[in-house]
Amino acid sequence: MYLSSSRSGDVTTGVRPARDGRVPQAATPPARASRVARVVAPNVIALGLVSLVTDISSEMVTAILPVYLVLGLGLSPLAFGMLDGLYNGATAFLRVAGGHIADRTRRHKPVAGLGYGLSAACKLALPAVSSVPGIGAVITADRMGKGIRTAPRDALISLSSPADQQGRAFGVHRAFDTTGALLGPFAAMAVLWFTAQAYDAVFVVSFCFAAFAVLLLVLYVREAPAAPEAKAATGRPRLREAVAVLRVPGFARVCAYALVLGAATIGDGMVYLLLQRRVDLRPHLFPLLPFGTALGFLLLAVPVGLLADRVGRLRVFLLGHGVLLACYLTLLTPLPRAAAVALPLLLLGVFYAATDGVLMAVAAPLAPARLRGGSLALVQTGQAAGRALGAVAFGAAWTAWGPHQALVAAAVTLAAAGAAAALTAHRYDTSPREPAR
Amino acid sequence: MTRTTRTLVLVIVTALLAAVAVVYTIRAAGRSDGGPSQDITEVTLDQPGRILFRTTAAGTGRDHLAAVDLARTGKDDGADDRRISPTSCLVFHAAHGTGVCLKLANAALHTYNAVVLDNRLLPVDSHETAGTPSRARVSPGGNLVAWTVFVGGESYAGLDFSTRTSILDRRSGTLYDNLETFTVIRDGKPYTAADINVWGVTFAADENRFYATVSTDGHRYLAEGDLAAKTLRTIHDNVECPSLSPDGTHIAYKKRIAGTDPSRPWKLFTLDLRTGTETPTSETRTLDDQAEWLDNTTVLYTLPGDLRADVWAVNADGTGQPKMMVRYALSPTVLRP
Repeated sequence: MYLSSSRSGDVTTGVRPARDGRVPQAATPPARASRVARVVAPNVIALGLVSLVTDISSEMVTAILPVYLVLGLGLSPLAFGMLDGLYNGATAFLRVAGGHIADRTRRHKPVAGLGYGLSAACKLALPAVSSVPGIGAVITADRMGKGIRTAPRDALISLSSPADQQGRAFGVHRAFDTTGALLGPFAAMAVLWFTAQAYDAVFVVSFCFAAFAVLLLVLYVREAPAAPEAKAATGRPRLREAVAVLRVPGFARVCAYALVLGAATIGDGMVYLLLQRRVDLRPHLFPLLPFGTALGFLLLAVPVGLLADRVGRLRVFLLGHGVLLACYLTLLTPLPRAAAVALPLLLLGVFYAATDGVLMAVAAPLAPARLRGGSLALVQTGQAAGRALGAVAFGAAWTAWGPHQALVAAAVTLAAAGAAAALTAHRYDTSPREPAR
Repeated sequence: MTRTTRTLVLVIVTALLAAVAVVYTIRAAGRSDGGPSQDITEVTLDQPGRILFRTTAAGTGRDHLAAVDLARTGKDDGADDRRISPTSCLVFHAAHGTGVCLKLANAALHTYNAVVLDNRLLPVDSHETAGTPSRARVSPGGNLVAWTVFVGGESYAGLDFSTRTSILDRRSGTLYDNLETFTVIRDGKPYTAADINVWGVTFAADENRFYATVSTDGHRYLAEGDLAAKTLRTIHDNVECPSLSPDGTHIAYKKRIAGTDPSRPWKLFTLDLRTGTETPTSETRTLDDQAEWLDNTTVLYTLPGDLRADVWAVNADGTGQPKMMVRYALSPTVLRP
């Protein structure tokens, strides 16, 4: 969209290449395109299913890992916190590497498959290691798998969908993804209940889910059809080229938005913590708060994605941050108890629906198809770096000023960053509407 | 690959994976905890001269409360004829016929309960806790029960607002849910700050006063608490997880020492409350535990061991050498007359 939907000329549809190998162009007459447009590319559905099953697998482990490490193996929570920081750092680099290698080899599917496979293998290794360095290594490898697969997978989603339906494609994928994340903890709970707390059984069942996801990927996900420009271009994308995508004005701006707006967010955990301090919740309800957010995300991912395709994806992405600001404000405003609990969760869910997949949908069409994986990795890394910065800053503000003032400061920061982004977006985008279909 | 082959591969491999998952889960459900089966017997709190603890020895009774006679402690192979009760706890303490047991409510949701136990270790009262169990204490008279948990799971480790401490007064049924709401008096003056954090309660004999760690402004103070007045008065710096001796004169605690293991940067010290003198014990290894007094001269504490942890003993006055007391054990509690 915006600047480069015409420039990059990389649009491919989700339908199979015609028998003669010709890839249907974006300029396909509306008669056919609109029929196809009503559905989502089969590849997106396949990738959605892979993500759903993978998320069941990984959330099963995530749900029980702290208990397993801290109570089963006797790791101090402090040591666990260090492990956590370690593997979060390790993935940023691999994300870019995974995206770039997929572009370079023009094989997104095998690279994504490698990432999914690595994480699957780690599920089996977990119960076998019991030392802290061993567990650190396995968790790091698991996160590496996630880092490797994310960018090629998002590149496949975007390359399988027409430029004007990126919001829909990512919305559908994120809905599948979040469904898996919601089911994972309950799957873990069921196994623990049935086996009377056998953690190893959770790991083994988690591995079976992860392996099933790899199977689905191998059998049903297709490599994205080669873009015409990629055929025309000589040689494989160099790393220098991959970074040079930042010189595409629209793309660089999206990266900047992701970074700056990411830095203006405080992290979900903090929202829940603030919520808990405001409303005297039963402690056992506290762990259920993220489910409220995930449910909101799940229900709204597709409608908001469709809306984004209609009214402008960048616009929806920026509006999403307005919703996050509203979420902060509900945490600062006196409200009846039920609303004080439900509203922030709902708004946080809307925020994710309007920003998570939508950011990819904003960025993808701006980057040339042959650099799609590496480009999406750059945006994701920018956002992740911004969010890490935001979380640290908010933690410091909380310690220095207390939760209320820290939240006021966060709201002011977010409002300022959002306003700056909206103004620049308005200035550059003379035509915020999508190209007519 | 044709559509038929693909479907065939999908069906076969899926069936295989499902079979692995189901068979493994059923076998896991059918097996005992692994290791030898152990006899489960009744253990009660009215038997002075015993140490109660959470046993980590492999077998069916793993993580249950167990008791061993003081006379039979110090067995290096763990063959101490420990009596294993049917009650399991993650963190435990007891005094005067009252026990407190922090236990898992739901592993996948990370919820825990603080359960008050009677003389026969049967539950009489349960409270939901706000996070992962850390410390638990019962007052010498059995009327007050305290527990500390890590709030918000593990993701906030490293930040300073990660614990919550509660005290339950069993006489009135009052639950002081969060000691951070008590008035803190620092250096004689009332003090307020956003980053106040309290953990590791130990009770005095009057069933009202207590000691705890109050963390704020980069300091970790030993504070003297007054439940009736709802105050916490700082009296010493760099004291964590205090434990008051039975005669009320000394505090055993972990002191943060720079340049040690960053995940466990503490060494075991004692503090004379009358003079303010700090004494390092002869235990040179770093530890992360709230100590328990065996008597007025000896301190018990937990160190990581082969099967998770072992309980050790050392003289409070800095003399002698550390001695292994109970293998494969956590949360030691000395039953007193």
